[in-house]
Amino acid sequence: MAALSSPPSSLTSKLRPVDVGGAVAGVRFLGTTAAFALEGGAVVLAGEEETRVEAHKGAILSVTGDARRLITGGDDGRVVATKADGSTETLFEQKGRWIDQVAVAGDGAVAFSAGKTAYFQPVKGERKSHDFPSTVGGLAFAPKGTRLAVAHYGGASLWFPNAVAKPEVLEWKGSHRGVLWHPEGRFLVTTMQEPALHGWRLPDGAHMRMSGYPSRVRSMAFTNGGRYLATSGSGEVILWPFGSKEGPMGKQPTMLAPRDVRVSAVATHPKDEVIACGYEDGLVLMVRISDGAEILLRAPDGKPVSAMAWRADGGALAIGTEGETAGLLAF
Amino acid sequence: MSDVQPNKIPVTVLTGYLGAGKTTLLNRILSEPHGKKFAVVVNEFGEIGIDNDLVVGADEEVFEMNNGCICCTVRGDLIRIIDGLLRRKGDFDGIIVETTGLADPAPVAQTFFVDETVGAKTALDAVVTVADAKWLKDRLKDAPEAKNQIAFADVILLNKTDLVSETELKDVEMRIRAINPFARIHRTQKSDIAIDKVLGQGAFDLDRITAIDPDFLEGGHKHFHDEDMQSFSFASDKPLDPDKFFPWIQELTQREGPNILRSKGILAFKNDPDRFVFQGVHMILDGDHQRPWRDDEAKLSRIVFIGRHLDQKALEAGFRACVA
Repeated sequence: MAALSSPPSSLTSKLRPVDVGGAVAGVRFLGTTAAFALEGGAVVLAGEEETRVEAHKGAILSVTGDARRLITGGDDGRVVATKADGSTETLFEQKGRWIDQVAVAGDGAVAFSAGKTAYFQPVKGERKSHDFPSTVGGLAFAPKGTRLAVAHYGGASLWFPNAVAKPEVLEWKGSHRGVLWHPEGRFLVTTMQEPALHGWRLPDGAHMRMSGYPSRVRSMAFTNGGRYLATSGSGEVILWPFGSKEGPMGKQPTMLAPRDVRVSAVATHPKDEVIACGYEDGLVLMVRISDGAEILLRAPDGKPVSAMAWRADGGALAIGTEGETAGLLAF
Repeated sequence: MSDVQPNKIPVTVLTGYLGAGKTTLLNRILSEPHGKKFAVVVNEFGEIGIDNDLVVGADEEVFEMNNGCICCTVRGDLIRIIDGLLRRKGDFDGIIVETTGLADPAPVAQTFFVDETVGAKTALDAVVTVADAKWLKDRLKDAPEAKNQIAFADVILLNKTDLVSETELKDVEMRIRAINPFARIHRTQKSDIAIDKVLGQGAFDLDRITAIDPDFLEGGHKHFHDEDMQSFSFASDKPLDPDKFFPWIQELTQREGPNILRSKGILAFKNDPDRFVFQGVHMILDGDHQRPWRDDEAKLSRIVFIGRHLDQKALEAGFRACVA
């Protein structure tokens, strides 16, 4: 046998299938345990063993999490936190409503929404709420401080739940469905109903239009340090440059890992400028931004990749699909 | 009830002016022992008398798409609700969307053609309009919403027929036909109708466009010409040239889209053995080759428009100019 002179181009043999038995709505690592939230309402915890927790009595509509808790919103009107040991805690319940969006802050505070109403639950203290003019399409905490970005029709609002002042509105026509802060808080980006992103430079509110996608962008993430915004929605991973103060305006995006199948999910490595890129046929590639080098992590099985997450140390990747398959890969 | 398209969940849109009997029909559909389960999107809770955990409240949030199509309004809340309902797949056989009495059905219908996920996993089955036999005539005069609902319908329940005479019924049917000669009209009392007359209609299914036969009741079309809303149907036994037809229909629907509520056609193209069928809602067109023309059927191209302020002569001239 000859010694390998170049890195292996495939790590598929390291992928451990996880028997989730349902479409994966979202996934997070709780320490070393991967927590898969299923559309049908259950959470599958894959550590050394696999355990299944019936977190909701209905569908899971939104998923987020921090280092310790997977936080899910369901059509049973509940916000549930699930821990790696399988214990669950109901953080909020309102019968007859759907919890459409959930978000978690660095200090453990939680935000969620039901229809037009957004709620903020601090770690200690009273819950606050605010009614927006239309249904909340996305929720995200600012990287620092207690400030929430709320996506809705006609733009996004910046809400300071502890302040009396009205939320500041960033206007842009259309339906905004997902929202993300730049890690340094300098930019706010939304995904739109149309196949496009919209962004605002803060604090001057300058507009950034990012369009040209063949389909709606469902997944986006900033690389560690915030130099690039990686996005799904096209036949390659689209990376918008956010390294300068101006953001991506007037610049071309970088396009990597082109295939004849669309990218359905992206997850950025917590340390390096490396992206996990999942496609609509179930294939997953790891792509290094500096030179575009690709490593195959998962062979296609025909099931669209719907969610991915890196372990905090970057040493493992969890992959979930719409087609009830999932996997865990430790490097 | 047959499936609209394999693996796609059928969606029925239920419209009707205030007090026409929409909720009665909905309760009937939900309570009859047909063995089907439905997820229901309603605007007001409490009206549904049935205990069903798949009843979802909606907000009728209509917004305009940023795609340069001025009449391309969709229901944002519906996109989100259907996305959520699809996570409970297996729990229900179909979705029924009830609109408010004052709603325009177009944004609801357009939602199923504009959103990728919704379009991939569900199929609009039909727009069903419940009309009050006693009051419809008045509403057609004073409520543009009521007229839109009639013009847009695939199935019309002419309800509360016990409150009017046979003469009055015929009169109101003629008024309906003047606006929409293509919908199936059913006379009902207390919204009592067989469920298979309302669900599983496949009205937007290209495979099921079999024939376009306008029903002009006893000259009623001429007698009750509606000043505001018209429907026109043109036919040609000469084959059409696709290179003329497609640019014409695209330009027409771009320009006149806001005025054209519904369009439909079965076309015979020159040197093409297949029937080409299309249907449209305002500017959104959906068309495909359907099946080969049979030897025993006339290769007749027929096209239909229902809309406001349409120029019949210009439409007809445009269509005639598409002959190969």
